[in-house]
Amino acid sequence: MNSFFDIAHVVLFLAVAFVTVPFVSKWLSWTFRPEPMRIDSFANVIIGSRGGQDWKAYAGALMAFNCLGIVVLLAILMLQSHLPFNPQGLPGLPFDLALNTAISFVTNTNWQAYSGESTLSFFSQMFGLGTQNFVSAAVGFGVMCALARGIRSRQSSDLGNFWVDLTRGTCLILLPLAALWTLILVSQGVIQNFSAYVDVNTLEGAKQTLPMGPAASQIAIKQLGTNGGGFFGLNSAHPFENPTFFSNFVQVLGIVLLPLAAPLAFGELAGNRRHGRTLFTVMGVLLLGALGFSLWSELQGNPIFGGAPFLEGKELRFGIGHSVLWGTVTTATSNGSVNAMMSSLSPLAGGIAMFQMMLGEIIYGGVGSGVYGLFLYAILTVFIAGLMVGRSPEFLGKKIEAPEIKLAVIGVLLPSVLILGSSAIAVMSEAGLKSLAHQGPHGLSEVLYAFSSAAGNNGSSFGGLTSNTPFYNNMLSCALFFGRFGVILPVLGLAGLLARKKALPESAGTFPAHGPLFGTLLLSVALIVGALTFLPALVLGPIVEHLMLFK
Amino acid sequence: MSVQPDVKKQMAFNQDMIFRAVGESFTKLNPAHQLRNPVMFVVLLGSLVCSVIVALDLAFGRAVSFNLQVTLWLWFTLLFANFAEALAEGRGKAQADSLKKSRKDVPARKLIGYQGPHAQGLAAHTEVMVTSKDLHAGDVVLVMAGETIPLDGEVIEGVASVDESAITGESAAVIRESGGDRSAVTGGTRVASDRLVIRITSEPGAAFLDRMISMVEGASRKPTPNEVALGILLVSLTAVFVLAVVTLKAFSIYSEKASGILVGTTATIPILVALLVCLIPTTIGGLLSAIGISGIDRLIRKNVLAMSGKAVEASGDIDVLLLDKTGTITHGNRRASQFLSLPGSNENTLARAAWLASMADETPEGRSIVALAEECFRFDAKDIESLRSGVFVPFSAQTRMSGIDIPAGTLPQGFPSSVRKGAVDAILKHAATQGIVSLEAAAQARTMADHVAKQGATPLAVLADGKVLGILVLKDIVKEGIKERFAQLRRMGIRTVMITGDNPLTAASIAAEAGVDDFVAEATPETKLARIRDEQVKGHMVGMIGDGTNDAPALAQADVGVAMNTGTQAAREAGNMVDLDSNPTKLIEIVETGKQLLMTRGALTTFSIANDVAKYFAIIPAMFAALYVTAGEKEGPLAALNVMRLTSPESAILSAVVFNALIIVLLIPLALRGVKYEALGASTVLRRNMAIYGLGGIVVPFVGIKVIDVLLVGLGLI
Repeated sequence: MNSFFDIAHVVLFLAVAFVTVPFVSKWLSWTFRPEPMRIDSFANVIIGSRGGQDWKAYAGALMAFNCLGIVVLLAILMLQSHLPFNPQGLPGLPFDLALNTAISFVTNTNWQAYSGESTLSFFSQMFGLGTQNFVSAAVGFGVMCALARGIRSRQSSDLGNFWVDLTRGTCLILLPLAALWTLILVSQGVIQNFSAYVDVNTLEGAKQTLPMGPAASQIAIKQLGTNGGGFFGLNSAHPFENPTFFSNFVQVLGIVLLPLAAPLAFGELAGNRRHGRTLFTVMGVLLLGALGFSLWSELQGNPIFGGAPFLEGKELRFGIGHSVLWGTVTTATSNGSVNAMMSSLSPLAGGIAMFQMMLGEIIYGGVGSGVYGLFLYAILTVFIAGLMVGRSPEFLGKKIEAPEIKLAVIGVLLPSVLILGSSAIAVMSEAGLKSLAHQGPHGLSEVLYAFSSAAGNNGSSFGGLTSNTPFYNNMLSCALFFGRFGVILPVLGLAGLLARKKALPESAGTFPAHGPLFGTLLLSVALIVGALTFLPALVLGPIVEHLMLFK
Repeated sequence: MSVQPDVKKQMAFNQDMIFRAVGESFTKLNPAHQLRNPVMFVVLLGSLVCSVIVALDLAFGRAVSFNLQVTLWLWFTLLFANFAEALAEGRGKAQADSLKKSRKDVPARKLIGYQGPHAQGLAAHTEVMVTSKDLHAGDVVLVMAGETIPLDGEVIEGVASVDESAITGESAAVIRESGGDRSAVTGGTRVASDRLVIRITSEPGAAFLDRMISMVEGASRKPTPNEVALGILLVSLTAVFVLAVVTLKAFSIYSEKASGILVGTTATIPILVALLVCLIPTTIGGLLSAIGISGIDRLIRKNVLAMSGKAVEASGDIDVLLLDKTGTITHGNRRASQFLSLPGSNENTLARAAWLASMADETPEGRSIVALAEECFRFDAKDIESLRSGVFVPFSAQTRMSGIDIPAGTLPQGFPSSVRKGAVDAILKHAATQGIVSLEAAAQARTMADHVAKQGATPLAVLADGKVLGILVLKDIVKEGIKERFAQLRRMGIRTVMITGDNPLTAASIAAEAGVDDFVAEATPETKLARIRDEQVKGHMVGMIGDGTNDAPALAQADVGVAMNTGTQAAREAGNMVDLDSNPTKLIEIVETGKQLLMTRGALTTFSIANDVAKYFAIIPAMFAALYVTAGEKEGPLAALNVMRLTSPESAILSAVVFNALIIVLLIPLALRGVKYEALGASTVLRRNMAIYGLGGIVVPFVGIKVIDVLLVGLGLI
């Protein structure tokens, strides 16, 4: 009945989103071009560094910056009662929650074990979380660009400068975009103030407290930087965060804007546009597949209620189409903001959302991180394919040998280890099981989803699971940290290795890293590796739930 | 290539080899040996764990049939993998055994105080009888006809025919002589005639034969770089599957509790081990070393001795081939290609004279003249009775011509009675002494000869009854089929560079005719080396083949340097392969073998991973069929995933394990033979191999497991 409008909305959205790609990708590659820019002197003045760094120096700067970020954010959160802009007089956070939140925002995840309006002061949100929302996204771009430079360089060790990348990414892309998005959102009625919360009497005579705050500016960057952390606990399902149909559209667009453009910019920067286009296409096919499958699953209706739509937990203002669209792109792109409860998706749609995160956030993924995540799969693909054509494998002119394979498998498999290992610990321990809202397959899905979201640096939550407990805060903190830096460091190491290699000329015997054949292979390798790793777990979660429902 | 039937013949294993391999399959169960291959080590651990469980089952009198069968098939998996390795090693070992017979200590006549061939008098040196193990590099020995050469060395005096069949398998003796490019002799070979004085160049135990034995035996086999990289991938996959299976135990306990059935009943340890062994890449893991060994083995069967597995692998990566013109691209001996008549004569007359002049000439050049004349003008020796009475005038360094004189009047009409062919100068001089040749004809002949020489061919003049008839062109002929071969190489992405001492003009014309991509003319050892370095700087992998001492630096510099066995000791030391047949086109086969080696690894890896899909569909529904059963139903919702409709959970799991073990045996021939190789572009090869081993790898186990399930149930095993 409604499905026509649902599908039409989705198609319209995709059309608009894909139209932006060429423009945004040009902007990205312009920003990170090798030539010096005037803005670089900013990095030079603050840090005293603008020259080229090898991979160790780049990684060292990145780790120092992020660890410092965690410490500062931890301090802000724990000490917020002593800091300004706290009209409600909210107390400081306990250590485990503060650490979890700090790591979560520094790692571009925005997993939230708390509700913003009842836990965080305006200062914590703006200066603490807001700062990390910008810089963690810029860090993702930085790693992607360092990798591109590694591919491009010929027997040098220069991967660019971390501080320069950070400055350029923040000032030339994220800040201007966020300003624009904030204005659009404010125009739609998203609140932006520093007022104390407002008590109102409802029509029914009950008393209700309306939370206030500088929401619009936080929401803009939460979407654009694939952060996803809501100003309010309900995230973009809250009417103050997402009041109108148009604000909803603009926010979903914000989610995909930079991730969609990243692969093409990567290709441009790495000196191989065709490779960038192939990465883009592979991601696109996966996204469309996931979206189509989820929509199909949702529109089937719930057999228990005679095929009525799965409306419980959906935002009725936007309907199923926009809920599924948001749910799909937010898990595909490592954003993690929501406008509906993920737990309320049909079992298969929920499983798809989970699987997208389990793949390692490679379907456009987080800003920058999606590209370097898929690149690791590409290394494995090229290795196997290279063997099959009878040459020791090479990729974009660089020979792939044991050290590269080692780093690529660490980057690809570490998140899987985190997800499966942590989930197994959770379901075997009392502390883990206590937080479950459901028993049976759905309960297992809650746990799997939480760790997939954390290890994939997505940040969305399935709902149901009571995650603000010391057990989950600490377990998830580990998954967040290693899920981010356990991939970034191998990628930077890989960039360093590739940079030092000499480039081999292409010949008829070389397997090209672009085109439909390579794309198909890459797609199959990603799906098969993901499926083989996670199928047993998924079978006992969403798949058996689906089979029980549709018997 | 013509090697194909040969390979097939040798693929057949004799019974001894197979028995030996069966025996070794058991001795290779030694954990220290298995530890070298982590994938199979995991299988060993799983088999041990299951064996303990079966023992406990028996001790407590529990039903044991299923667990016992699973355990047995796990052990079979290990044995089959060991068998593959042992079989691959088998032929090498057999060959090593026969080589070892040639290595036994032999008596040697050591010359003390040897001063060189021209030192006068027996007092110059004395002869002492020693055994070969007491010899050292630098010693000088005398080897008489019928004696075995004690160690590798360089001939410093004498010429002799040497029987090298112990190493090359070639029964015809070869000539070895001091100086030049044929001075190297190998310990263990036998002097067939004459005598040689040899300066020993190797220490006992480090000679060519020793290296050859350790190579064919696989004793010195180190994992190649590509094997290391693939190993990392396989170990990581194994680790992830271990994790997936271990965590599955946790998830299954959770699910058992949730569905209210007895904890520990669905995912039992033997079933989890069965799942794990099915998932980890045992197919490629079990066959990996067999593939590597058989790669070297295939080269040995082509009579190429690779000094390391790394060299074999590198040969698949070669994208520039440096080939010597002589012997590789051209036949090396000149052949008649054209008759150019002077005014006043015609081609037929010229050809007939040349034909007669060459009738008794047994050199390859002479024979080629006869063949060309007969082919072009249908001459027939039977027509001329009187030929036998002719007097053959042989070639000599003084006259520089040869020919025949036949008594006049015995020949048919129009046949000359005295013919000569030879160097243009010599013939003209000879004609001048008879005083019949006009100055004009001589000048014409010279111009024509110069023109021929400029094109890289050799002109011969033909004189009949004192009259110069014309010029006979002898040319270095490009081998038949070589152009197609180079085109094939080009499709494989390999560029060919011809190396020649000819002048650029000649080189260019031969290069164009042979279809090589590039050439180096007027090549010296320095230009060869420079060319290789230049290509390597540009990122190319260079292969070359050479024999002379002056090739040694280039052979050492090339990524794959193939020395010919007939070559000098220096060349053999410098290269990383030795071609025992000394056949320059062998390099092309070497490249193919290298590529085949990598392709086989890639194909079996893909196949192994693709197989897992079907195994999941066999084991997971079987394992969890008892979960979430609602009242009144026989099996739970997950039974819906049993797409193969396997009979029972037990038969499903056992079928998957049996398939996993049998597929190793079934793929042994492929591992030893290598996947089919054709010179096609990378994308075509990839598409085809993906279809066979990728898609095939997904489909085959679905069918295989189903068939095994039917058989197992039919035989009442389950």
